[in-house]
Amino acid sequence: MLDRREIVKRACLAALGAALPWSRAVALDENSVTLPFDNGERRLVKYPQKRPMIGLTSRPPQLETPFSVLNDGAITPNSAFFVRYHLADIPYQLDRDRFTLKVKGKVERPLQLSLKEIRKLPAVELVAINQCSGNSRGFFEPRVAGGQLGNGAMGNARWRGVPLKTMLDMAGVRAGARQITLDGMDKPVMDATPDFVKSLDIDHARDGEVMLAYGMNGEDLPFLNGFPLRLVVPGYYGTYWVKHLDEITVIDNEFDGFWMKTAYRIPDSPCGCVEPGTAPKATIPINRFTVRSFITSVTNDARLEAGKTTKLKGIAFDGGRGIKEVAVSTDDGRNWTPAKLGEDLGKYSFRQWTLPVKLGAGTHDLRVRATNNSGETQPMQPTWNPAGYLRNVVETVRVTAA
Amino acid sequence: MPRTNPLHLANLLALAAIAFIGPAALSAPPINYEVPPETAAFKPGPNLDVVVNNCTACHSADYIATQPRGPKFKQEFWRAEVDKMIKVYGAPIVEADVPKIVEYLATTY
Repeated sequence: MLDRREIVKRACLAALGAALPWSRAVALDENSVTLPFDNGERRLVKYPQKRPMIGLTSRPPQLETPFSVLNDGAITPNSAFFVRYHLADIPYQLDRDRFTLKVKGKVERPLQLSLKEIRKLPAVELVAINQCSGNSRGFFEPRVAGGQLGNGAMGNARWRGVPLKTMLDMAGVRAGARQITLDGMDKPVMDATPDFVKSLDIDHARDGEVMLAYGMNGEDLPFLNGFPLRLVVPGYYGTYWVKHLDEITVIDNEFDGFWMKTAYRIPDSPCGCVEPGTAPKATIPINRFTVRSFITSVTNDARLEAGKTTKLKGIAFDGGRGIKEVAVSTDDGRNWTPAKLGEDLGKYSFRQWTLPVKLGAGTHDLRVRATNNSGETQPMQPTWNPAGYLRNVVETVRVTAA
Repeated sequence: MPRTNPLHLANLLALAAIAFIGPAALSAPPINYEVPPETAAFKPGPNLDVVVNNCTACHSADYIATQPRGPKFKQEFWRAEVDKMIKVYGAPIVEADVPKIVEYLATTY
């Protein structure tokens, strides 16, 4: 039985839940899901500010979005947005009043800005998808080492913040600058482990779209999504979206840190792929998203009513050209019917689509394929690379109509 | 054991709310983000102590448990992973422990 002090403590915590949403943590032991590949059993875990998420690892935390959430709308709720860390020394005790962003290196005026100062700068908003480089890695065949994710390491949000260009112009980039490096407050446990530092070319950093975001879908960033400040690199894989970002350095050479030079590399070929099981001869840093599309309204093994119209629904996206067409096949890819595209939230956003289909009795493979404004599309057969990146095969959902 | 007086509890709550929300308007308290307790554990197996000593400082056991399984993911696969931990991530694993860790991983997962 609870004593009085404990009851008061619990009541206070409950009453303060809204003010301190990160202060309560519950593990849901009994709930689990099975991702559709071998060894895909995962626990559903509950973290502060998050709804039950597919737990990949606990230290550092990696959480996958339950795929059904992506059927709810083009914008992914903050509470369901995926989480990916590399290093386990995470600034859980962060003091937002002491937080500062430093801009240094090859600049005329090094900056040190508080969160309040950053929030006073003219703000912009942009809807953009963040997708983990390793999203869908669990589906690779042959399988590869790394985070064994289903398709839920992606999400789409309306980000609010300051263009990185504004910040770099304030600091005054010196002639001869080539890149910027980005370092967040998450650190390695061992000194010998390479700190998670990423780089962008200076022209990319100053394109006016790359953003220092403090807001996400009308709220502060959730802690695990990089509170209080993260980089948003529209159209690029999440590895560049440095969380808890507090240090930007302008450099006049090409950054050769581990997380650029060795990790997050793709084969240097048009498809970013190699023969399954082989090693690429040359690699480049991972960059823009490949074209992808998904059916979200029905899942594998769903049972539909034969002869009755079913409205299929899903999402499509690419690395920033924008989606031109989404087509659906219900007959093993022989015939394709264009779907109706939903509201255009911008070229970096999920684009929802719908298509009514009528299926005869039997089993049907439903396929969806998107094409972007550059004519790039999705392969019918999966491509392969050793790190398990860039997956964008035409997805298939097998349903039975009866 | 005394019963909780609802009025008393309400007063305490009000005081607590003032104490917390009052200063919050001037300066927010530091985040104290609490992650759920770590429940993932290494499966029993040979050299478990060596594995726990060498691997758990930097990451939880689920990093290993979720990797692909099967005949292609045994000795060679795990040897490469342990080498990566040492060479790339700077794990201070002594040479003598390497085969013990590889044996554990290859036979247990």
